[in-house]
Amino acid sequence: MKIENAQFRVDGGIHPVYNKHLAKDNAIQAMPLPSLLRVSMSQHLGAPAKPVVAKGDTVLRGQIIGEPAGFISAAVHAPTSGTVKAIVQAPTATGQSVAAVEIEPDCEDKWRDDIKGNPNWESLEVKELIDLVSDAGVAGMGGAGFPTHVKLSPPPNKTIDTLIINGAECEPYLTADNRLMIEQAENIWTGCRIIMKILGAQTVRVAIEDNKPEAIEAMEMAMASTEGNVAIVKLKTEYPQGAEKQQIFAITGKEVPSAGLPMDVGAVVENVGTTLAVWDAVVNGKPLTERVTSVTGTPVSKPGNIRNRIGTSYGDLIEFCGGTEGDTAKIISGGPMMGFAQSSLEVTTTKTTSGLLLLPPKLVTNYSSTPCISCGRCVDGCPMYLMPCELSQMIEAEDYSAAREINLMDCIECGCCAFQCPAHRPLVQHMRQGKGQVMIMMREEKEKEAEKTKD
Amino acid sequence: MPAEGRPACGGNNSTTQRFERINMTEEKTKETEPTYIVSSSPHAHSGDSVQRIMLDVIIALIPALAVAIYFFRMDAVKLVSVCVVSCVITELVCRKLMKRDAGVMDFSAIITGLLLAFNLPPSLPLWMAVVGSVIAIGIAKQVFGGLGYNPFNPALIGRVALLISFPAAMTTWYAPFDSTTSATALGTLKEQGVYGFDDAMALNYFTGNMNGCIGEVSAAALLLGGAYLLMRKVITWHIPVSYLGTVALIAGIMWLINDDFNMPPHFHLLAGGVMLGAIFMATDMVTSPVTRKGMLIFGIGCGVLTMLIRKWGGYPEGVSFAILLMNAVAPLINRATKPRVFGVKKA
Repeated sequence: MKIENAQFRVDGGIHPVYNKHLAKDNAIQAMPLPSLLRVSMSQHLGAPAKPVVAKGDTVLRGQIIGEPAGFISAAVHAPTSGTVKAIVQAPTATGQSVAAVEIEPDCEDKWRDDIKGNPNWESLEVKELIDLVSDAGVAGMGGAGFPTHVKLSPPPNKTIDTLIINGAECEPYLTADNRLMIEQAENIWTGCRIIMKILGAQTVRVAIEDNKPEAIEAMEMAMASTEGNVAIVKLKTEYPQGAEKQQIFAITGKEVPSAGLPMDVGAVVENVGTTLAVWDAVVNGKPLTERVTSVTGTPVSKPGNIRNRIGTSYGDLIEFCGGTEGDTAKIISGGPMMGFAQSSLEVTTTKTTSGLLLLPPKLVTNYSSTPCISCGRCVDGCPMYLMPCELSQMIEAEDYSAAREINLMDCIECGCCAFQCPAHRPLVQHMRQGKGQVMIMMREEKEKEAEKTKD
Repeated sequence: MPAEGRPACGGNNSTTQRFERINMTEEKTKETEPTYIVSSSPHAHSGDSVQRIMLDVIIALIPALAVAIYFFRMDAVKLVSVCVVSCVITELVCRKLMKRDAGVMDFSAIITGLLLAFNLPPSLPLWMAVVGSVIAIGIAKQVFGGLGYNPFNPALIGRVALLISFPAAMTTWYAPFDSTTSATALGTLKEQGVYGFDDAMALNYFTGNMNGCIGEVSAAALLLGGAYLLMRKVITWHIPVSYLGTVALIAGIMWLINDDFNMPPHFHLLAGGVMLGAIFMATDMVTSPVTRKGMLIFGIGCGVLTMLIRKWGGYPEGVSFAILLMNAVAPLINRATKPRVFGVKKA
């Protein structure tokens, strides 16, 4: 076990105002059950789960209420015991309207009867471990929420040699992962060893930005007695060090190929929260029914890191943090760089709600964008080495094939370009618009191809 | 809407804590319904703006402006005022005619006015300065759509148009504090060939006590402004260093080969408009490449063209033409120096 500095450095990146001090020292608090939980069937990218309960049913905590639909999908479990009040269409953090199960807690918080832990997980087969993770509905808790059991089942022709535990938490304001590492380092480390066993990975790197010395210390203690090629990698504090491809490069010097996956360079990256959920799923046999969300921003009276049940409304979370002081101009699900602005406090938490950020009016200025002055700051800032200024102009001119040609699809929407742009151009919006159009083009091409082969 | 305000469970660790859902009952919603701004990520910004960048450039031009006024007195004051005012008015009129918002608030027309004045000889009739300003803003900038769309540096287009239209007036010079006309350093070199260049002369050239356009004379003031721009990260070192370096290198090589026909490299750095060009004109963001590698190529190209014109061209000075020619190829340089995309192997 050793602590090392990252050996490689991705060009680009930015240094936003972090404001982590608002919540980083506040220990995780468990929030009491609210009067109603609304569990969205869309907990991650891909098809939403199918609700398998009906109005009036009584459910126990951990009981499946949404069945996975398709391979890239994870089960959704009841976050507490109670009665199903209704199946409704409710908005998600990304603005879609998706089926959601409303549960009125009975305040017993009774777990499903057949929950049983596996303290001797080391004796279990890999297949059994993956099933435990899958049954628990574990999905990536850092951002996109990719179902974890899918990530842990690489095709047989890919060998995974490096497991990276992502504790970078490079988004400004967010402190949930920091607290998890400080308070539950042992369990995270156990989760990591479970994943190691599943993947057969020999090398483990725990990546933490150097602005989290306490988290580094805690993880160091937890990992101290472990033999083998395991290390903590200190990353320079810079956004987006937590982005998967950039993090793999910083640690291994390998670039995930364009349109490829981390497994193409023999790596898997798991967020610390996900790793903890794997521990909970395997060692305690508990499905994923809660997570820690940073409720922060200057308008929040008592910012904190709140352990809440999946399905807790944003309004309840804010209320639990003492409500607000002063005006709130923007409410963001996630962090300021990649999070989603919300129009309603009725939206509820999911497995991926890492933060709930409130911004005061003075940090939310309405800019009107002006033409690009070719300053090149977006080019300097892009961690994918794209030319956002050119892409944006092509997309404005609706020349999507030209934008595709200069690698529009490699954009990770991290927002470094728009953060830097002095003309306040909506660069990320342009990228999303362009990517959507290119997706349509690609689908049409595929259809044509399919027709050709038919003939 | 779900059932209203049912008391929440006490929770595992809290017996006294009770809270109700906020904004859940309809009347409450009506009363307090706040509106939140919804926009695409990112929700944070560096705070930089086009206006701030332009303001920084104006601040960086102040030392050179002070030197110009010190050496050329009312001539400098008049030229600068006329150019700035006519540039701003031209911008306003054009925007009005094109039915676009005013645009003057980005300060770029002020910079064009300042830079155009800096590129004019002190004795130029003021009406010519007005003509130059109208050409710079009207033809070189607004015809293309305004700030950001102009392919060429507007101030340089204004200057070159004047140089071609009024060659005599544009090449009549007088030395600071002297009413008799005489040639510039580069003019003398072109007309009479190599002359003695001692340290005292070099110091005069460095401080700005020489014939020339009002804003180009003082290398010291321009370097001070350049340092400010670098410090504020408005420009990077790439263009000025590669431009000046190339000029020094080519001049140095020619001087080493034969100093009977060539002036030493520090003469070429201090005489003429290369300092003004390298620090303030070639670094114009709109008309220069966006990639670092592209900026180096751009600067080298400017340096080579400047020296070619100075040595073999018809004009004694080549900075304006060099930069304008390189402006024309800036988009091609951008294309050629496109960075390798992360995860894409070099072809």
